[in-house]
Amino acid sequence: MEINPIKNGIVIDHIDAGKGMEVYNFLNLSELDCTVALIMNVFSKKTGKKDIIKIDESIALDLDVLGYIAPETTVNFIKDGKLVEKRKMELPLTLKNVIKCKNPRCITSVETCVDHEFKLVDKDNKVYRCIYCESKF
Amino acid sequence: MRNLLSITDFSVEEVNGVIETAQKIIANPQAYSEKCKNKIIATLFFEPSTRTRLSFESAMLSLGGKTLGFSDAANSSSSKGESLSDTIRVVSCYSDIIAMRHPKEGAPLVASFVSDVPIINAGDGGHNHPTQTLTDLLTIKTEMGRLDNLTVGFCGDLKFGRTVHSLIQALARQKGIKLVLISPEELTVPDYVKHDVMDKNGMNYVETRSLEEAMPQLDVLYMTRVQQERFFNEDDYLRLRDSYILTAEKLQSAKEKMCVLHPLPRVNEISVDVDADPRACYFKQVKNGRYVRMALILKLLGIE
Repeated sequence: MEINPIKNGIVIDHIDAGKGMEVYNFLNLSELDCTVALIMNVFSKKTGKKDIIKIDESIALDLDVLGYIAPETTVNFIKDGKLVEKRKMELPLTLKNVIKCKNPRCITSVETCVDHEFKLVDKDNKVYRCIYCESKF
Repeated sequence: MRNLLSITDFSVEEVNGVIETAQKIIANPQAYSEKCKNKIIATLFFEPSTRTRLSFESAMLSLGGKTLGFSDAANSSSSKGESLSDTIRVVSCYSDIIAMRHPKEGAPLVASFVSDVPIINAGDGGHNHPTQTLTDLLTIKTEMGRLDNLTVGFCGDLKFGRTVHSLIQALARQKGIKLVLISPEELTVPDYVKHDVMDKNGMNYVETRSLEEAMPQLDVLYMTRVQQERFFNEDDYLRLRDSYILTAEKLQSAKEKMCVLHPLPRVNEISVDVDADPRACYFKQVKNGRYVRMALILKLLGIE
Protein backbone atom coordinates (compact mmCIF):
# COMPACT_ATOMS: atom_id res chain seq x y z
CA MET A 1 0.00 0.00 0.00
CA GLU A 2 1.38 3.38 -0.91
CA ILE A 3 0.51 6.81 0.43
CA ASN A 4 1.97 9.74 -1.44
CA PRO A 5 4.04 12.40 0.31
CA ILE A 6 2.21 15.65 1.03
CA LYS A 7 3.33 19.03 -0.27
CA ASN A 8 1.94 21.31 2.41
CA GLY A 9 0.63 20.02 5.67
CA ILE A 10 1.29 18.12 8.87
CA VAL A 11 2.50 14.57 9.46
CA ILE A 12 1.96 13.07 12.88
CA ASP A 13 4.47 10.27 12.94
CA HIS A 14 5.52 7.49 15.33
CA ILE A 15 2.10 7.09 16.92
CA ASP A 16 2.03 3.82 18.87
CA ALA A 17 0.42 1.16 16.68
CA GLY A 18 -3.31 1.04 17.33
CA LYS A 19 -3.53 4.51 18.87
CA GLY A 20 -3.99 6.39 15.59
CA MET A 21 -7.79 6.48 15.75
CA GLU A 22 -7.69 7.83 19.31
CA VAL A 23 -5.36 10.64 18.19
CA TYR A 24 -7.57 11.28 15.16
CA ASN A 25 -10.62 11.65 17.40
CA PHE A 26 -8.91 13.78 20.07
CA LEU A 27 -7.78 16.26 17.41
CA ASN A 28 -11.27 16.32 15.86
CA LEU A 29 -9.77 15.63 12.45
CA SER A 30 -13.11 14.39 11.12
CA GLU A 31 -14.21 18.03 11.07
CA LEU A 32 -11.52 19.06 8.59
CA ASP A 33 -12.40 19.59 4.91
CA CYS A 34 -8.94 18.69 3.59
CA THR A 35 -7.62 15.22 2.87
CA VAL A 36 -6.58 13.34 5.99
CA ALA A 37 -4.93 9.93 5.91
CA LEU A 38 -4.85 7.65 8.93
CA ILE A 39 -2.41 4.87 8.22
CA MET A 40 -2.23 2.06 10.72
CA ASN A 41 0.31 -0.67 11.36
CA VAL A 42 3.02 0.87 9.20
CA PHE A 43 6.39 -0.92 9.39
CA SER A 44 8.77 0.84 11.79
CA LYS A 45 12.46 0.08 12.27
CA LYS A 46 12.29 1.33 15.84
CA THR A 47 9.09 -0.21 17.15
CA GLY A 48 8.08 -2.77 14.56
CA LYS A 49 4.74 -1.11 13.86
CA LYS A 50 3.41 2.44 14.12
CA ASP A 51 0.48 4.60 13.04
CA ILE A 52 0.79 7.79 11.01
CA ILE A 53 -1.65 10.61 10.33
CA LYS A 54 -1.15 12.89 7.33
CA ILE A 55 -3.06 16.14 6.99
CA ASP A 56 -2.88 17.58 3.50
CA GLU A 57 -3.08 21.23 4.43
CA SER A 58 -1.10 23.67 6.57
CA ILE A 59 -3.65 24.44 9.24
CA ALA A 60 -3.45 25.65 12.84
CA LEU A 61 -4.09 22.69 15.11
CA ASP A 62 -3.84 22.60 18.88
CA LEU A 63 -1.43 19.72 19.12
CA ASP A 64 -0.54 20.14 22.82
CA VAL A 65 -2.86 17.33 23.83
CA LEU A 66 -0.61 14.92 21.89
CA GLY A 67 2.01 15.38 24.59
CA TYR A 68 -0.42 13.69 26.98
CA ILE A 69 -2.23 11.10 24.88
CA ALA A 70 0.64 10.16 22.56
CA PRO A 71 3.92 11.61 23.88
CA GLU A 72 5.89 9.27 21.61
CA THR A 73 4.76 11.09 18.48
CA THR A 74 6.78 13.42 16.31
CA VAL A 75 4.97 16.14 14.42
CA ASN A 76 6.47 17.17 11.07
CA PHE A 77 5.44 20.39 9.38
CA ILE A 78 5.80 20.26 5.60
CA LYS A 79 6.00 23.29 3.31
CA ASP A 80 6.52 23.09 -0.44
CA GLY A 81 7.39 19.44 -0.06
CA LYS A 82 10.12 20.15 2.49
CA LEU A 83 10.30 19.44 6.20
CA VAL A 84 10.37 22.88 7.88
CA GLU A 85 9.86 21.87 11.49
CA LYS A 86 10.08 18.66 13.47
CA ARG A 87 8.44 18.86 16.89
CA LYS A 88 8.79 16.35 19.72
CA MET A 89 5.78 16.42 21.97
CA GLU A 90 6.02 17.40 25.63
CA LEU A 91 3.53 17.01 28.44
CA PRO A 92 1.23 20.04 28.29
CA LEU A 93 1.08 22.24 31.40
CA THR A 94 -2.71 22.07 31.38
CA LEU A 95 -5.26 19.61 30.04
CA LYS A 96 -8.70 20.94 29.23
CA ASN A 97 -11.53 18.47 28.58
CA VAL A 98 -9.13 15.65 27.79
CA ILE A 99 -9.63 13.64 30.97
CA LYS A 100 -12.41 13.77 33.54
CA CYS A 101 -12.07 14.02 37.31
CA LYS A 102 -13.15 10.79 38.96
CA ASN A 103 -13.54 12.22 42.46
CA PRO A 104 -17.26 11.98 43.34
CA ARG A 105 -16.76 14.88 45.75
CA CYS A 106 -15.48 17.18 42.99
CA ILE A 107 -17.76 19.99 41.77
CA THR A 108 -17.28 18.72 38.21
CA SER A 109 -19.31 15.64 39.15
CA VAL A 110 -22.45 17.79 39.35
CA GLU A 111 -21.73 21.07 37.54
CA THR A 112 -21.97 20.00 33.92
CA CYS A 113 -21.11 23.29 32.22
CA VAL A 114 -17.56 23.61 33.55
CA ASP A 115 -14.39 22.53 31.77
CA HIS A 116 -12.59 19.52 33.17
CA GLU A 117 -9.19 21.07 33.68
CA PHE A 118 -6.01 19.56 35.08
CA LYS A 119 -2.60 21.08 35.69
CA LEU A 120 0.74 19.32 35.48
CA VAL A 121 2.32 19.14 38.95
CA ASP A 122 4.98 16.46 38.48
CA LYS A 123 6.49 16.18 35.01
CA ASP A 124 8.75 13.23 35.82
CA ASN A 125 5.92 11.07 37.09
CA LYS A 126 3.33 12.47 34.67
CA VAL A 127 1.08 13.62 37.51
CA TYR A 128 -1.81 15.99 36.85
CA ARG A 129 -4.19 17.43 39.41
CA CYS A 130 -7.76 18.58 38.97
CA ILE A 131 -7.81 22.39 39.35
CA TYR A 132 -11.02 22.14 41.39
CA CYS A 133 -10.50 19.37 43.94
CA GLU A 134 -6.75 18.70 43.43
CA SER A 135 -7.29 14.99 42.93
CA LYS A 136 -4.41 13.21 41.24
CA PHE A 137 -4.69 11.76 37.76
CA MET B 1 -10.92 41.79 42.07
CA ARG B 2 -9.59 39.42 44.71
CA ASN B 3 -11.08 36.20 46.04
CA LEU B 4 -10.08 33.94 48.92
CA LEU B 5 -10.50 30.36 47.73
CA SER B 6 -7.38 28.89 49.30
CA ILE B 7 -5.13 30.38 51.97
CA THR B 8 -2.32 30.44 49.37
CA ASP B 9 -4.30 32.99 47.34
CA PHE B 10 -2.87 35.46 49.85
CA SER B 11 0.85 36.05 50.29
CA VAL B 12 2.34 35.67 53.78
CA GLU B 13 2.40 39.47 54.00
CA GLU B 14 -1.28 39.67 53.11
CA VAL B 15 -2.18 37.01 55.68
CA ASN B 16 -0.19 38.92 58.29
CA GLY B 17 -1.96 42.10 57.19
CA VAL B 18 -5.39 40.54 57.78
CA ILE B 19 -4.27 39.30 61.21
CA GLU B 20 -2.96 42.77 62.10
CA THR B 21 -6.20 44.41 60.99
CA ALA B 22 -8.14 41.88 63.08
CA GLN B 23 -6.01 42.78 66.10
CA LYS B 24 -6.72 46.48 65.50
CA ILE B 25 -10.45 45.74 65.31
CA ILE B 26 -10.27 43.79 68.58
CA ALA B 27 -8.55 46.78 70.20
CA ASN B 28 -11.08 49.31 68.90
CA PRO B 29 -14.18 47.75 67.29
CA GLN B 30 -16.09 51.03 67.37
CA ALA B 31 -13.70 52.55 64.83
CA TYR B 32 -14.85 49.96 62.28
CA SER B 33 -18.57 49.99 63.00
CA GLU B 34 -19.54 51.87 59.85
CA LYS B 35 -16.80 50.84 57.45
CA CYS B 36 -19.18 48.74 55.36
CA LYS B 37 -22.25 50.94 55.51
CA ASN B 38 -24.45 50.18 52.46
CA LYS B 39 -22.50 47.02 51.66
CA ILE B 40 -24.18 43.62 51.49
CA ILE B 41 -22.66 40.21 52.06
CA ALA B 42 -24.44 37.16 50.64
CA THR B 43 -23.88 34.03 52.71
CA LEU B 44 -24.67 31.05 50.50
CA PHE B 45 -24.54 27.86 52.54
CA PHE B 46 -25.31 24.82 50.44
CA GLU B 47 -24.24 22.76 53.44
CA PRO B 48 -25.31 23.33 57.05
CA SER B 49 -23.15 25.50 59.28
CA THR B 50 -23.68 27.44 62.45
CA ARG B 51 -20.43 29.12 63.35
CA THR B 52 -19.07 30.05 59.97
CA ARG B 53 -22.29 31.46 58.55
CA LEU B 54 -23.16 33.38 61.70
CA SER B 55 -19.61 34.68 62.05
CA PHE B 56 -19.69 36.09 58.51
CA GLU B 57 -23.05 37.69 59.19
CA SER B 58 -21.91 38.98 62.56
CA ALA B 59 -18.75 40.33 60.93
CA MET B 60 -20.66 42.25 58.26
CA LEU B 61 -23.22 43.57 60.75
CA SER B 62 -20.38 44.71 63.01
CA LEU B 63 -18.98 46.66 60.07
CA GLY B 64 -22.31 48.41 59.55
CA GLY B 65 -23.28 46.34 56.50
CA LYS B 66 -26.20 44.06 55.73
CA THR B 67 -26.59 40.37 54.99
CA LEU B 68 -28.71 38.10 52.84
CA GLY B 69 -28.49 34.48 51.83
CA PHE B 70 -29.61 30.98 52.65
CA SER B 71 -28.49 28.38 55.14
CA ASP B 72 -29.55 25.23 53.35
CA ALA B 73 -29.42 24.21 49.69
CA ALA B 74 -33.06 23.11 50.03
CA ASN B 75 -33.99 26.80 50.39
CA SER B 76 -32.22 27.81 47.19
CA SER B 77 -32.90 27.34 43.49
CA SER B 78 -30.27 24.62 43.41
CA SER B 79 -33.03 22.36 44.78
CA LYS B 80 -34.87 23.09 41.51
CA GLY B 81 -31.85 22.03 39.52
CA GLU B 82 -30.21 25.41 38.98
CA SER B 83 -26.48 25.19 38.36
CA LEU B 84 -24.06 26.69 40.85
CA SER B 85 -22.79 29.05 38.13
CA ASP B 86 -26.27 30.47 37.55
CA THR B 87 -26.94 30.87 41.28
CA ILE B 88 -23.72 32.82 41.67
CA ARG B 89 -24.39 35.00 38.61
CA VAL B 90 -27.74 35.95 40.12
CA VAL B 91 -26.55 36.52 43.67
CA SER B 92 -23.60 38.62 42.56
CA CYS B 93 -26.19 41.08 41.19
CA TYR B 94 -27.64 41.47 44.69
CA SER B 95 -24.53 41.68 46.83
CA ASP B 96 -21.07 43.22 47.14
CA ILE B 97 -19.30 40.10 48.36
CA ILE B 98 -20.20 36.41 48.64
CA ALA B 99 -19.19 33.90 51.32
CA MET B 100 -20.13 30.38 50.25
CA ARG B 101 -19.97 26.88 51.62
CA HIS B 102 -20.58 23.94 49.35
CA PRO B 103 -20.26 20.16 49.83
CA LYS B 104 -18.45 19.73 46.51
CA GLU B 105 -14.73 20.39 46.32
CA GLY B 106 -13.74 23.24 44.01
CA ALA B 107 -17.21 24.83 44.02
CA PRO B 108 -15.85 28.26 45.03
CA LEU B 109 -13.43 28.18 42.09
CA VAL B 110 -16.35 27.61 39.73
CA ALA B 111 -18.16 30.49 41.46
CA SER B 112 -15.17 32.79 41.01
CA PHE B 113 -15.26 32.21 37.23
CA VAL B 114 -18.70 33.77 36.92
CA SER B 115 -18.99 36.16 39.86
CA ASP B 116 -18.81 39.94 39.54
CA VAL B 117 -18.03 40.28 43.25
CA PRO B 118 -15.34 38.73 45.49
CA ILE B 119 -15.87 35.11 46.52
CA ILE B 120 -14.86 33.81 49.92
CA ASN B 121 -14.56 30.06 50.33
CA ALA B 122 -16.30 29.25 53.60
CA GLY B 123 -15.54 25.55 53.16
CA ASP B 124 -15.73 23.26 50.12
CA GLY B 125 -16.24 19.61 50.96
CA GLY B 126 -13.12 18.11 52.50
CA HIS B 127 -10.91 20.46 50.52
CA ASN B 128 -10.22 23.93 51.95
CA HIS B 129 -11.44 26.30 54.61
CA PRO B 130 -9.19 29.35 54.44
CA THR B 131 -11.16 31.65 56.74
CA GLN B 132 -10.92 29.07 59.51
CA THR B 133 -7.18 29.14 58.86
CA LEU B 134 -7.07 32.91 59.30
CA THR B 135 -8.96 32.36 62.57
CA ASP B 136 -6.51 29.65 63.63
CA LEU B 137 -3.49 31.80 62.78
CA LEU B 138 -4.86 34.78 64.71
CA THR B 139 -5.50 32.52 67.71
CA ILE B 140 -2.04 30.93 67.59
CA LYS B 141 -0.41 34.35 67.21
CA THR B 142 -2.38 35.73 70.15
CA GLU B 143 -1.84 32.72 72.43
CA MET B 144 1.74 31.77 71.55
CA GLY B 145 3.03 35.16 70.42
CA ARG B 146 4.40 33.80 67.13
CA LEU B 147 3.55 31.76 64.06
CA ASP B 148 7.02 30.29 63.49
CA ASN B 149 9.17 27.79 65.43
CA LEU B 150 6.23 25.78 66.70
CA THR B 151 5.51 22.08 67.02
CA VAL B 152 1.93 21.67 65.85
CA GLY B 153 0.00 18.45 66.36
CA PHE B 154 -3.02 17.68 64.19
CA CYS B 155 -5.24 14.97 65.61
CA GLY B 156 -8.21 13.04 64.28
CA ASP B 157 -9.58 13.16 60.75
CA LEU B 158 -6.72 14.54 58.72
CA LYS B 159 -8.09 13.15 55.47
CA PHE B 160 -11.38 15.01 55.19
CA GLY B 161 -10.51 17.77 57.67
CA ARG B 162 -10.42 20.76 55.34
CA THR B 163 -9.35 23.06 58.16
CA VAL B 164 -6.30 20.85 58.62
CA HIS B 165 -5.34 21.05 54.95
CA SER B 166 -5.63 24.82 54.85
CA LEU B 167 -3.72 25.35 58.08
CA ILE B 168 -0.88 23.06 56.94
CA GLN B 169 -0.67 25.11 53.73
CA ALA B 170 -0.36 28.27 55.80
CA LEU B 171 2.21 26.81 58.21
CA ALA B 172 4.29 25.54 55.29
CA ARG B 173 5.24 29.16 54.68
CA GLN B 174 6.52 29.71 58.23
CA LYS B 175 9.99 28.89 59.51
CA GLY B 176 10.79 26.19 62.03
CA ILE B 177 7.43 24.40 61.98
CA LYS B 178 7.31 20.76 62.99
CA LEU B 179 4.11 18.85 62.31
CA VAL B 180 2.98 15.84 64.31
CA LEU B 181 0.18 14.12 62.40
CA ILE B 182 -1.92 11.96 64.71
CA SER B 183 -4.60 9.93 62.95
CA PRO B 184 -5.86 6.43 62.26
CA GLU B 185 -4.35 4.82 59.16
CA GLU B 186 -7.56 5.44 57.17
CA LEU B 187 -7.68 9.16 57.92
CA THR B 188 -4.15 10.36 57.16
CA VAL B 189 -3.61 13.60 55.22
CA PRO B 190 -4.36 13.31 51.48
CA ASP B 191 -1.40 12.85 49.19
CA TYR B 192 -1.77 16.28 47.56
CA VAL B 193 -1.18 17.85 50.97
CA LYS B 194 1.66 15.47 51.81
CA HIS B 195 3.49 15.67 48.50
CA ASP B 196 2.58 19.05 47.10
CA VAL B 197 2.63 20.99 50.36
CA MET B 198 4.65 19.22 53.05
CA ASP B 199 7.29 17.47 50.95
CA LYS B 200 7.59 20.26 48.41
CA ASN B 201 8.23 22.80 51.16
CA GLY B 202 10.62 20.50 53.02
CA MET B 203 8.43 20.48 56.12
CA ASN B 204 9.56 18.55 59.12
CA TYR B 205 6.80 16.08 60.05
CA VAL B 206 6.11 12.79 61.74
CA GLU B 207 3.05 10.57 61.56
CA THR B 208 1.88 8.69 64.61
CA ARG B 209 -1.18 6.83 65.88
CA SER B 210 -0.67 7.86 69.52
CA LEU B 211 -1.93 11.16 70.93
CA GLU B 212 -0.43 10.33 74.32
CA GLU B 213 3.08 9.91 72.90
CA ALA B 214 2.86 13.11 70.89
CA MET B 215 1.42 15.29 73.65
CA PRO B 216 4.57 16.39 75.61
CA GLN B 217 6.27 17.97 72.58
CA LEU B 218 3.35 20.03 71.29
CA ASP B 219 3.04 23.82 71.31
CA VAL B 220 -0.30 23.62 69.54
CA LEU B 221 -2.73 20.70 69.48
CA TYR B 222 -5.32 20.97 66.73
CA MET B 223 -8.14 18.53 67.42
CA THR B 224 -10.68 17.64 64.73
CA ARG B 225 -14.00 15.85 64.54
CA VAL B 226 -14.44 12.70 62.49
CA GLN B 227 -17.11 14.05 60.17
CA GLN B 228 -20.02 11.73 59.51
CA GLU B 229 -21.07 13.72 56.42
CA ARG B 230 -17.79 12.92 54.63
CA PHE B 231 -18.26 9.16 54.75
CA PHE B 232 -20.07 7.21 52.06
CA ASN B 233 -19.99 4.17 54.34
CA GLU B 234 -21.66 4.42 57.76
CA ASP B 235 -19.68 1.46 59.13
CA ASP B 236 -16.38 3.23 58.47
CA TYR B 237 -17.64 6.29 60.33
CA LEU B 238 -18.79 4.29 63.34
CA ARG B 239 -15.50 2.42 63.47
CA LEU B 240 -13.35 5.57 63.37
CA ARG B 241 -15.33 8.24 65.19
CA ASP B 242 -13.97 7.56 68.67
CA SER B 243 -10.34 7.13 67.64
CA TYR B 244 -9.10 10.05 69.72
CA ILE B 245 -10.66 11.70 72.73
CA LEU B 246 -8.78 14.46 74.52
CA THR B 247 -9.36 14.44 78.27
CA ALA B 248 -8.03 16.56 81.12
CA GLU B 249 -5.99 13.54 82.17
CA LYS B 250 -4.26 13.25 78.79
CA LEU B 251 -3.55 16.98 78.84
CA GLN B 252 -1.54 16.58 82.04
CA SER B 253 1.53 15.54 80.09
CA ALA B 254 1.32 18.62 77.82
CA LYS B 255 3.52 21.68 78.13
CA GLU B 256 2.36 24.35 80.52
CA LYS B 257 2.43 26.90 77.71
CA MET B 258 0.55 25.42 74.77
CA CYS B 259 -2.86 25.78 73.22
CA VAL B 260 -5.59 23.37 72.20
CA LEU B 261 -7.55 24.41 69.14
CA HIS B 262 -10.61 22.89 67.46
CA PRO B 263 -12.56 24.31 64.52
CA LEU B 264 -15.80 23.13 66.19
CA PRO B 265 -18.38 21.73 66.33
CA ARG B 266 -17.05 19.04 68.61
CA VAL B 267 -18.89 15.85 69.33
CA ASN B 268 -16.93 13.92 71.92
CA GLU B 269 -13.31 14.31 70.76
CA ILE B 270 -12.64 16.90 73.47
CA SER B 271 -14.06 16.00 76.82
CA VAL B 272 -15.88 18.88 78.54
CA ASP B 273 -13.48 18.55 81.48
CA VAL B 274 -10.83 20.16 79.25
CA ASP B 275 -12.87 23.35 78.78
CA ALA B 276 -11.78 24.91 82.06
CA ASP B 277 -8.08 24.39 81.30
CA PRO B 278 -6.39 27.70 80.38
CA ARG B 279 -4.79 25.93 77.44
CA ALA B 280 -8.21 25.22 75.89
CA CYS B 281 -8.54 28.00 73.30
CA TYR B 282 -11.32 26.75 71.04
CA PHE B 283 -13.92 29.20 72.27
CA LYS B 284 -11.44 32.06 71.94
CA GLN B 285 -11.01 30.81 68.37
CA VAL B 286 -14.72 31.33 67.75
CA LYS B 287 -14.49 34.93 68.90
CA ASN B 288 -11.40 35.54 66.80
CA GLY B 289 -13.29 34.15 63.79
CA ARG B 290 -15.62 37.10 63.80
CA TYR B 291 -12.82 39.69 63.92
CA VAL B 292 -10.67 38.04 61.32
CA ARG B 293 -13.65 37.82 58.95
CA MET B 294 -14.28 41.52 59.50
CA ALA B 295 -10.68 42.17 58.49
CA LEU B 296 -11.03 39.90 55.46
CA ILE B 297 -14.22 41.59 54.25
CA LEU B 298 -12.47 44.98 54.51
CA LYS B 299 -9.52 43.69 52.51
CA LEU B 300 -11.56 42.09 49.73
CA LEU B 301 -13.79 45.16 49.42
CA GLY B 302 -10.73 47.40 49.33
CA ILE B 303 -11.77 49.30 52.47
CA GLU B 304 -9.10 50.16 55.00
